[in-house]
Amino acid sequence: MQEIVLIKLGELVLKGLNRRTFEDVLIKNIKYRLRGLGRFEVKIAQSTIFVTPLDEDADLDDVCERIAQVFGIVTFSRACVCEKTLEDILEKAPLYCREYLEDAKTFKVESKRSDKRFPYKSPEISAQIGGKLLETCPHLKVNVKEPEVTVTVEVRDFGAYIRCATIRGQGGMPVGTSGLATVLISGGIDSPVAAYMMAKRGLKLNAVHFESPPYTSERARLKVERLLKQVSRYAGSIDMYTVPLTKVQEAMRDRCPEELFTILLRRVMMKIATHFAEQTKSGALITGESLGQVASQTMYALNCTNAAAGKIVFRPLIGMDKQEIINISRRIGCFDISIEPYEDCCTIFTPKHPRTKPLMHFVEQAENEAQLDELIEEAIAHTTVKTIDF
Amino acid sequence: MKIHYLDNSATTQVCEAAADAAYKMMRENYGNPSSLHKLGINAEAVVEEARRIIADSLSVEANNIYFTSGGTEANNTALFGATQALKRRGDRVIVSAVEHSSVYESAKRLSEFGFDVRFAPVDKNGVVDIDALKELLTEKTILVSVMTVNNETGSIQPIDRIAKLVHKRSPEALFHTDAVQAYGKMPLKPKKSGVDLMSISAHKIHGAKGCGALYIRDGARILPLLCGGEQQKKIRPGTESAPLIAAFAAAAEHACSFSDSSCNMEHIKGLNTYALDKLQTFDGVSVNSPADALSYIINISVKGIRSETMLHHLERYGVYVSSSSACAKGKRSYVLEAMGLPDDRIDSSLRISFSKYNTTEDIDALIEGLKSGIATLQRR
Repeated sequence: MQEIVLIKLGELVLKGLNRRTFEDVLIKNIKYRLRGLGRFEVKIAQSTIFVTPLDEDADLDDVCERIAQVFGIVTFSRACVCEKTLEDILEKAPLYCREYLEDAKTFKVESKRSDKRFPYKSPEISAQIGGKLLETCPHLKVNVKEPEVTVTVEVRDFGAYIRCATIRGQGGMPVGTSGLATVLISGGIDSPVAAYMMAKRGLKLNAVHFESPPYTSERARLKVERLLKQVSRYAGSIDMYTVPLTKVQEAMRDRCPEELFTILLRRVMMKIATHFAEQTKSGALITGESLGQVASQTMYALNCTNAAAGKIVFRPLIGMDKQEIINISRRIGCFDISIEPYEDCCTIFTPKHPRTKPLMHFVEQAENEAQLDELIEEAIAHTTVKTIDF
Repeated sequence: MKIHYLDNSATTQVCEAAADAAYKMMRENYGNPSSLHKLGINAEAVVEEARRIIADSLSVEANNIYFTSGGTEANNTALFGATQALKRRGDRVIVSAVEHSSVYESAKRLSEFGFDVRFAPVDKNGVVDIDALKELLTEKTILVSVMTVNNETGSIQPIDRIAKLVHKRSPEALFHTDAVQAYGKMPLKPKKSGVDLMSISAHKIHGAKGCGALYIRDGARILPLLCGGEQQKKIRPGTESAPLIAAFAAAAEHACSFSDSSCNMEHIKGLNTYALDKLQTFDGVSVNSPADALSYIINISVKGIRSETMLHHLERYGVYVSSSSACAKGKRSYVLEAMGLPDDRIDSSLRISFSKYNTTEDIDALIEGLKSGIATLQRR
């Protein structure tokens, strides 16, 4: 009995002329995500993507787990492949459905006949299969309104398919269809969630991380790599740019007013991230900022930070509560990594009383006096790149 | 860059004799010590010989030594095993305020289980306050656990005296000592000292990680943590890790050489004095270890520089030490807190710990690293 995965396209269907491109990207993403699990045929027909394992020992549980993490998929299901004859469907249905029906009390059968050449109409197919299933599982009752299990039979162009359960996908749009963006990533809870959310809107990502050895530990960077690795399960491979910021931060410590440290640091980060966005032809910056969460995320501070960015800044968490962010972080498997306690460069030299309403005028003045440009250039020159992939 | 490894209280480099012994057990003498055939008997012979060697090193009998997966398991076995066995005799458990987390956290768990757990305070040298301990000892006390040497400061506890006191005031109680940091580094005679249970570990004395032992005095009854086969009189079932046990014995024989432990001790004392002389010339460096601490450990604070920052700075000089407080977000050392040190001293504390492989060259590298660190990192 051949089992395959059927993927229904979601939002994609709405995209008019772009649809082909979207489908192609999605298929490419699915193929990429399935690597290491064996050989598969991935093709599209009648608004459905068919994932067919070509190896005997393919594990469909693993396949489904991966597919559930691919953006651009609303629902999908496992299905049994039948020949397009009622006899074959009737023979395979009891065998294939047994696992699902054993512990259920009620069920119904739904049939869809898109190939109208098939000699039986949908209600006839349903009745025949329902009868057969009742025969093999006498404990079952038919319940059309609220069945525990819905057995769906589809008669399509290239075959007939039986499926018993629908699995929810991630939704969103295929990664890459919206372009490339650069996420500023720390080791905290917020930025990986922001990265995930924007990847969901079809953005491919690269990431900029700042470190300040010896004030920050190598473990802090390894933690960020693990976070990005988790995000890459959804967002695909991510190029991580690690920028050494020690000298810039030491210079700020020595030359700038303490209460402006945080805002000045955020501006430096924006400038450097803009540099790498331009270098990689990425169209936007992404941050995990959430209004009012900390001193550097007041409306006034964000204005100051924003002015240093040379690209549009996406802040998908701006209106979210911490708890809402944590819930997503847990769901995507980042939370347990995020809460490991390593110092990151945002928490060193933190002022006791950071300015929550910094005035642009003073910030710019402090920046000019500190003469950080050369050190920023140096930090950019010493940046290292690593491709992170799950 | 040359490695100057000064974190020997965290773990040590495995000595050649120990590595060879483990390799031989893995590749040649690989039988299960419980098997009835020849290969099993050969492996069993090595395990039993190792038991005798470890027993000798503590001046006790081999049948009092139980191999474990390390110090943490030995400590857990002592605390949970003893309280389970004695819970009908009383409910008070006393541990010192500066115990290693494997004792400290076990004690907290016992408290959750309903035992009346008390933490005995220490003085500014990290030594248990005997008068306070006396107050805590009651007839209902069933277990007292005080470590022999503290892992962060090297403070030595008066174990003989505490054991005597415990047995006098609390006749039902067992006295356990976590001797992981002391074993192989000072003479230990649990039987003579009146210790009922003693934990030791292999990887602090150039053996392998994953192996330790618990000494249990004749007649001291504890319930095992694990259920399983008949190994080690059911106190610690599970196939013995013959390779690691063989390595443990080799390390105990070669690395600590108890017969002339004085040589090692002289060497370490020399390093300790050399380091202290240099450290005391620094402005802003204060020594947290008491003057009579074990020479293997020196705990210092560097004014104004967080432990972790200095630790990473020293790394650049090939110098490896440890910080007792992880970082700003991490936990503060409760050991240094219990000694009454102010927060800024705790946040800037570093532990330097020696082994017989260290030389004065390692200390010179440390001093150089500290010097440049103080010059560039200080402020805030």
